[in-house]
Amino acid sequence: MKILLAGNPNVGKSALFSRLTGTRIIASNYPGTTVEFTRGYLNLGTEQAEIIDVPGTYSLEPTSKAEEVAVEMLDDGDLIINVIDATNLERNIHLTLQLLERQKPVIIALNMWDDTRHRGINIDVAKLEELLGVPVVPTVSVTGQGIKALVRRIPEAKSPMLSHTSNDERWAKVGHIVVQVQTLSHHHHTWRDVLEDVSNHPAGGAILAILAIFATFWAVRLVGEGIISYITDPLFERLWTPLLMKLSLALGSGGLWHDILIGKLINGQIDYLQSLGLLSTALYIPLGAVLPYIISFYFALGILEDIGYLPRLAVLSDSILHRLGLHGYAIIPTILGFGCNVPAIMATRILESRKQRFIAATLISVGIPCAALQAMIIGLVGQQGMQYVAMVYGSLFLSWVVIGLILNRMVKGFSPELLVEIPPYRFPPWRVVGAKLWLRVSGFLKEALPIVLGAVLVVNVLYTLNVFDFIANLTAPVISGLLGLPKETIVALVVGFLRKDVAVGMLAPLGLTAKQLVISSTVLAMSFPCVATFVVLGRELGVKDMLKATAIMLAAALAVGGLQNLIL
Amino acid sequence: MTQINDEYKAITHEKRLLPLSQMAAGLSGEVVEIRGGHGLARRLEAMGIRQGRRITKISSAFFRGPITFRADQTVMAIGFGMARRILVEVDIPA
Repeated sequence: MKILLAGNPNVGKSALFSRLTGTRIIASNYPGTTVEFTRGYLNLGTEQAEIIDVPGTYSLEPTSKAEEVAVEMLDDGDLIINVIDATNLERNIHLTLQLLERQKPVIIALNMWDDTRHRGINIDVAKLEELLGVPVVPTVSVTGQGIKALVRRIPEAKSPMLSHTSNDERWAKVGHIVVQVQTLSHHHHTWRDVLEDVSNHPAGGAILAILAIFATFWAVRLVGEGIISYITDPLFERLWTPLLMKLSLALGSGGLWHDILIGKLINGQIDYLQSLGLLSTALYIPLGAVLPYIISFYFALGILEDIGYLPRLAVLSDSILHRLGLHGYAIIPTILGFGCNVPAIMATRILESRKQRFIAATLISVGIPCAALQAMIIGLVGQQGMQYVAMVYGSLFLSWVVIGLILNRMVKGFSPELLVEIPPYRFPPWRVVGAKLWLRVSGFLKEALPIVLGAVLVVNVLYTLNVFDFIANLTAPVISGLLGLPKETIVALVVGFLRKDVAVGMLAPLGLTAKQLVISSTVLAMSFPCVATFVVLGRELGVKDMLKATAIMLAAALAVGGLQNLIL
Repeated sequence: MTQINDEYKAITHEKRLLPLSQMAAGLSGEVVEIRGGHGLARRLEAMGIRQGRRITKISSAFFRGPITFRADQTVMAIGFGMARRILVEVDIPA
């Protein structure tokens, strides 16, 4: 049996999915977290049911790609769990009635039940059940309240056989139902209301946004650096280095296996950034240098997501993004891109038009460095002084704006304006924040580690085969002539196609000046997307647009790198 | 006297009908019409904003940025151009 979780955006479907199936997926407090469907399983007595989490939709007439996914899925299910937000009965029930017209058995999870009390909302559940003709179970998906009752009553799901009606008649019916089941009482002003008032005020909101962004950056760096200096670096230096040195001796301090496993010794010592062995650099980059920043970034992001801050940031950034052919909600994929470009490009599905999705995906791949890349840039370029790191970020930001302005004019199609629901602030549920962090961190390890190991292995093999000398001589006019970098830098740029973090690591042995480091990091960030991003770009945009986006990236990277070479 | 009264009513009536973009923050009213293409009306309707719906404007952003408003429990943000197409009959503060 296939059971679908359907409902309006941001009503807690994903959190409920995790509760029902034990399969963890990302849930947040903003509409549009889920852009594709996820499957999980639930034991119902003797039968195992397949549960499918579907992107939220306001109606069965889709307006974005994510909503299209939802509507297409509906035909597939045998039973629908309609998740509705108890604090927003009227709008949610409108979709419920549309679902009931589909002649499929339905059961209702009246979610966010805990929130109704704070908001002075009283709902007569028995009456609602009677009026709708299907089971209604109050639930709180983030705490798990009511989930057992919901599962127990799934067999009672039924189809009341409503006939298809017009929107006007349906709304009239919604009004009729709501009047009978809901009573409102006065609710007290809480810290949430105060914070909501401040962030909805144009000036107050802007100040709050600047504070929030600075606080986030500061916290990410503080936590990331903290993990590096108190946990990962001591672990590598005190435990791992002595072991590797013993192995190095055992392998005779040189030779093919030594070079592949441990790499080159620098002054008789292992240098984790430069040795380039599978057990040295290939482990240190993902685990020692990048992982701490992945943890700190995703922890901060999870909190911002669950508080419900991102949609407010969307409102504040709408004016800028509007000029780039996007609208404010494009800030959400953009922010996700600072973690990893892959989910960010997937998240562009929340945008309505093809033009917007193309611009957003291209801008993310050009101007938004992922956490792995940033960690390495901060580590390597930061050694020369933070002003150089600022130059890299400044160049990326300027290119992001300029390319967006150009694309807005050049790309055909239309760009609808922002139209979005702003969820109430919520206190981040720690269980959700923790589960989400674990999901993202383990995802990074699973996806990044094999590619990093592979990249380092390939580099070693290519070095032995002298392939790089050939490529370096071939590209020397561009690399040295235009960008002012030593011709060997091409190796790092090529490796950037596999992993950007390894690529930055490969700049370390080249002995670049601060200026050259700025240029090479910027070009690396802007040029070719990494292979994972490349694949997802092709899937989301189609091959033709993916190639277009890639051409834009290459052209922009060379132009900006060349300019930096002239100006700096 | 009645004539003046009627005139006054007519003038105020005119002033009471405003696009959401021009409404002052903090005022409430009733959605009378959603002008222009069917697409916007349909999207808004799905989100619960339709003729007869009572809404309260919360704020507008600088530089013709988005407008935020509340309809019952829901807070929504809408682009300036779209907000211009939502005609609201604004309550006169007592």
